[in-house]
Amino acid sequence: MSPIFLFLTFVALLSALGVVFAKNPVHSVLFLILTFFSLSGHYLLLNAQFLAAVNIIVYAGAIMVLFLFVIMFLNLNVDTEPHKPALAKIAAAVAGGSLLLILVAALKDVTPTGVAAGTAFNSQIGMVDQLGMKLYTDYLLPFELASVLFLVAMVGAVMLGKREVGERNF
Amino acid sequence: MIELPALGWQSIVIFVVFALSLLIATYCTYAERVIAAFLQDRVGPDRAGPYGLAQPLADAVKMFTKEEFFPGGANKALFVFGPCLAMITALMSSAVIPFGNIMNFGNNLFFLQGIEVNIGMLWVFGVVSLGVYGVMIGGWASNNKFSLLGAIRAASQNISYELAMGMALIAVLMISGTLSLRDITLQQSVAGEWHVWNIVKQPLGFIIFLVCAFAETNRTPFDLPECETELVGGYHTEYSSMKLGLYLFSEYVNIFVVSAVMSVLYFGGFNFPFQYELRDWFVSSQGWELASAQNLITLLGTVGLFLKIFAFIFFFMWIRWTLPRFRYDQLMRLGWTILIPLAVFNIVLTGGLILAGVI
Repeated sequence: MSPIFLFLTFVALLSALGVVFAKNPVHSVLFLILTFFSLSGHYLLLNAQFLAAVNIIVYAGAIMVLFLFVIMFLNLNVDTEPHKPALAKIAAAVAGGSLLLILVAALKDVTPTGVAAGTAFNSQIGMVDQLGMKLYTDYLLPFELASVLFLVAMVGAVMLGKREVGERNF
Repeated sequence: MIELPALGWQSIVIFVVFALSLLIATYCTYAERVIAAFLQDRVGPDRAGPYGLAQPLADAVKMFTKEEFFPGGANKALFVFGPCLAMITALMSSAVIPFGNIMNFGNNLFFLQGIEVNIGMLWVFGVVSLGVYGVMIGGWASNNKFSLLGAIRAASQNISYELAMGMALIAVLMISGTLSLRDITLQQSVAGEWHVWNIVKQPLGFIIFLVCAFAETNRTPFDLPECETELVGGYHTEYSSMKLGLYLFSEYVNIFVVSAVMSVLYFGGFNFPFQYELRDWFVSSQGWELASAQNLITLLGTVGLFLKIFAFIFFFMWIRWTLPRFRYDQLMRLGWTILIPLAVFNIVLTGGLILAGVI
């Protein structure tokens, strides 16, 4: 592993911990954005340029802006957060612990093999055109279904925002 | 076969692009006032230096020597981080813009472009979508209701217009079939054919993109995040000194970058009419070597691209001093119920025309 990869991993883990431990929700969101950036850095090092760019655009650029928007809009602060009962804390710890257990159990027997012997390494595999060919040939139906879903969601948003008959905003 | 450009050369190009963006942004502040004065039949800045050309320098001195003010209850770290982020994201996006074609020295070929990647357009789009963080963080950290409202307006406005902008872009990508800005530029001018710039194939897409560019750079008539009549100063109400300067500066850098992107996507980038004829004329009639003739054409192309960029910057300022500001609900309505359906229609139309073999 290259030093850059290790450094990015370090940043990703540290900022992911920051998301959980930050007292201020806005700081949490900013740490999460940093986590997405370091993940995109990993994608770049793994030769997946398109995935890296889309990760930035969709997650860091759009979804996290909405997160930040909502947090700012509701003005969530440490003072306004209600104190949670002990039962909820214990339940959360148990649930999180079980998830960790499952992940460890699932991943403990995995051996990283890298590229299987006999298959030539293809440096173009993560590029846009390769990905597009794959999506539009092997995975055409799921891809089109997902895009219809997005289109419907967008049309729905436009419909909700449309002016009703007789509605005035001023 | 083009060999990989030397890293040293590319860093020079990146440094020059960085310096040029800052210089152009500096003189945009001057140009803005001169154009405003021209449109309003006033004199404008003319005290500092000949024709007031040293005015940006005087402004910089003023900005740097003003008091650094921190509002009470502000989140200090984020208050400083906000303007820095706005400036960083504004400067990052010019890295992939092809400011010129290839220079040929001996047998070494150099791109007049920071980095040539096959996701160039996505890079610009991604960085532009990050630009709103500077405004949001600064507005929130100021601990001021007006700043917060400005930040929230900026966020919702950017998200709404990014959608229409992205879909206007998709239509261009459908024609070009590549995300590399250099390839898109080269496709708009093929030797021996008519030089059909994308504006001819995508008039509707260009108009959508232009309107969204105004909204993304927070320029009048869409400068609601800093609307003085309602929000004092919007997200930068509490800012003073060079921190305010960085916000104002990043706006001009953004205008420069978005003008460059529009020139590349729709107006042929560094291509200009009769470039191949001119090159051949130098070679056949003047006895130049092909390489040096090509170098001259490349330099002329860079000048041409900057002329296009300056024309767009002038257009931005012209609009600012001509049109009044929109109301916020009008802005949202324009984005969601007019621009997005138009952009979808444009995609369908482009697809139909490609299938019919027209473009």
